[in-house]
Amino acid sequence: MGGLDFKAPVTQEQEEAHVIAYNSRLGLALFAVYVLFYGGFMALSAFRPEVMGRPFMGGVNLSVVYGFALIVAALVLALLYLAASRKSPAGSAS
Amino acid sequence: MIHASSGVAIAVFLAFVGAVLAISFYLGGKAKSAQGYFAAGGGIHWAVNGIAFAGDYLSAASFLGICGMIAFFGYDGFLYSIGYLAGWIVALFIIAEPMKRLGRYTFADALDNKFNSRGIKLAAAISTLVVSCFYLIPQMVGAGALVTPLLGFPHWVGVLIVGCVVTLIVTTAGMVSTTWVQFIKGSALVALCTLMTVMILARGVRMPDGEAATALRRGVPASEVTGAPGAVVLPEEGGWAGKPFVRVRDEATGMVSVWRKSGEGMLDVAQTLTVMPDGRRLANGRPQGTGPGQGDLIPAGQAARLPGGVKETGPLGPVGFLQTMQDSEIVLWGNEKIVEADGGATTVYFQKPTTGKDFMAPGSSPTFRKVRSEKLGDKLDFLSLMLALFCGTASLPHILIRYYTVKDQISARKSTVVGIAAIGFFYVLTLYLGLGAMTSGTLDVTDSNMSAPLLARSFNELLFAIISAVAFTTVLGTVSGLIMAASGAVAHDLMTNYLKMKMDDARKVRAAKVAAVCVGALAIVLGILFAKMNVNFLVGWAFNIAASANLPSLVMLLFWKRTTKQGITAAIIVGMISSLTWILLSAQAFKDVYGLDPAGALVPFSQPAIVTIPLGFLVLVVVSLLTGRKEQLAEAAA
Repeated sequence: MGGLDFKAPVTQEQEEAHVIAYNSRLGLALFAVYVLFYGGFMALSAFRPEVMGRPFMGGVNLSVVYGFALIVAALVLALLYLAASRKSPAGSAS
Repeated sequence: MIHASSGVAIAVFLAFVGAVLAISFYLGGKAKSAQGYFAAGGGIHWAVNGIAFAGDYLSAASFLGICGMIAFFGYDGFLYSIGYLAGWIVALFIIAEPMKRLGRYTFADALDNKFNSRGIKLAAAISTLVVSCFYLIPQMVGAGALVTPLLGFPHWVGVLIVGCVVTLIVTTAGMVSTTWVQFIKGSALVALCTLMTVMILARGVRMPDGEAATALRRGVPASEVTGAPGAVVLPEEGGWAGKPFVRVRDEATGMVSVWRKSGEGMLDVAQTLTVMPDGRRLANGRPQGTGPGQGDLIPAGQAARLPGGVKETGPLGPVGFLQTMQDSEIVLWGNEKIVEADGGATTVYFQKPTTGKDFMAPGSSPTFRKVRSEKLGDKLDFLSLMLALFCGTASLPHILIRYYTVKDQISARKSTVVGIAAIGFFYVLTLYLGLGAMTSGTLDVTDSNMSAPLLARSFNELLFAIISAVAFTTVLGTVSGLIMAASGAVAHDLMTNYLKMKMDDARKVRAAKVAAVCVGALAIVLGILFAKMNVNFLVGWAFNIAASANLPSLVMLLFWKRTTKQGITAAIIVGMISSLTWILLSAQAFKDVYGLDPAGALVPFSQPAIVTIPLGFLVLVVVSLLTGRKEQLAEAAA
């Protein structure tokens, strides 16, 4: 049952403490940005549904534009994270 | 509805499913000799792994459920697309890297690594089992929905076939759902959906004509219907009393047709499906079937009015299509169940012409309709769903595993970005697929899950067969993965680690296989029981349970130093039980599972997350503080 072999040895990556700290701060900051954006969507849908139904861009209403924007924003933030995160100079995995 | 099968479709379907199974058996066999699936992790390229993320994540529910929900209700289905994708942000930024650093693959192992507590092992194993089972239900229901239109079987036969095939695969071969198979499925699904979207845009939206338009007439003067020769209006008795329906019997044929009152003196055609006390089924008043004298429901999915009153829009661009839908009026369908005096039951499906302004904004489905009301309490269901989807992805036991199949954090990040790109692109397409299905003219009003395959059929049989085959293999892969995870939780976590049963490897594998058969049987039963529910709604529930049971422990373990093992155990148990109980007592479960009056539901809304996630955090903090202080006192006294 190969697929169940969770206890197989994992190659541990050597990472420096300051790199970990930097990356997790970066992750939290980007996360906070997305939470605000996502929260805005929830709040608008729940409390200003009439705004969400109005045409917003190119005749398409805000709920569709905001929805697409949330999907694109996830990708953009992930790319940002990829670009800005540091890697440990000393230790790569193998 | 009864769906006819075609030889070409079946041949293409069997060939594709057979090929994917063969590949996965072949690779599975190879992976076993190469130190197993996970140890081979370092060898997988991040780009392949990224697409495999998509293959793993885009289950039958994503494809069938979201399309069906959008086709039936509009924008509310798309909320799920948004939430499912947003969940990856939690996984990428908060959970995944620290988990990988702890050096363990699963939630249970990560917790176990830090505390080594039997209580946690038990709680985590049970929560894995419950979440896996809940995630299994929609996959099984989806499998039935795929097989029905393709092979012409009833739904339960489809569920039974999938259950048996998968259980057989898991118990005889121990199939490893390999990265490469997920890669093939993920790319095939995204490519096919792109193709379908292009075809939808090229077709544009058109008004129904000919038979389709006359069969589902609206705004017919009542006198014309009731005054027709030989027409007798039946009294509003039993369950029909006070309902907005008119039943007319044709004396010549004895057939009863049902109409819905729409405005002053006007009637719309309604469709009915009656189950008689002896089990026979009537569709629109005639015995359901394809033989002479028999009949079936009329396919739905028609536009009622297009912008500018045109008959046909012609090819549209991606933005133009959305604009057109917003400015159109489409006939959506509502339904109401009526208990007959003789003990039978009739479900009336009635036409609801809905403007694009209405169905293209949040609150378009009956479940979340209340988001548009003024009261704060009514909005909680919607907010709760969005919270559950956001927090659920990172809490699903089987999702984060793929994060560990690449060699280092950089590769993991890169494959997540590829995964987010592929999954996000797919979810953008779901809006077009759903809206395309809404106007495809081929919808089955009794089952939203079939909308996507039936949309493909509205183009041609071959596309329909390929789409069904890809979706079906996705189901097979996901179901076998889940059954293995669940049986592993029983054999490895429960029996070996918790009960401390001494078992050699052969006995352990046998125990896992017995567990797999049990879980498989359970999945079949649940799949049949939940058949009428939109699979996506069911996945939403699985996300609720996963987020409530697992997220508080995961987050606090990583970010709060005073977390204790008792706190974690309590949070998992309380989060799981409270969310599960809530779901089983909700109006949706009353209506679609038990067949009871939804007004009798004991909880105010159907999505528990907004209550049960904070509850999990609260329990964890309180129990941790209590037990933590006790330990400190004990240390001080010693």
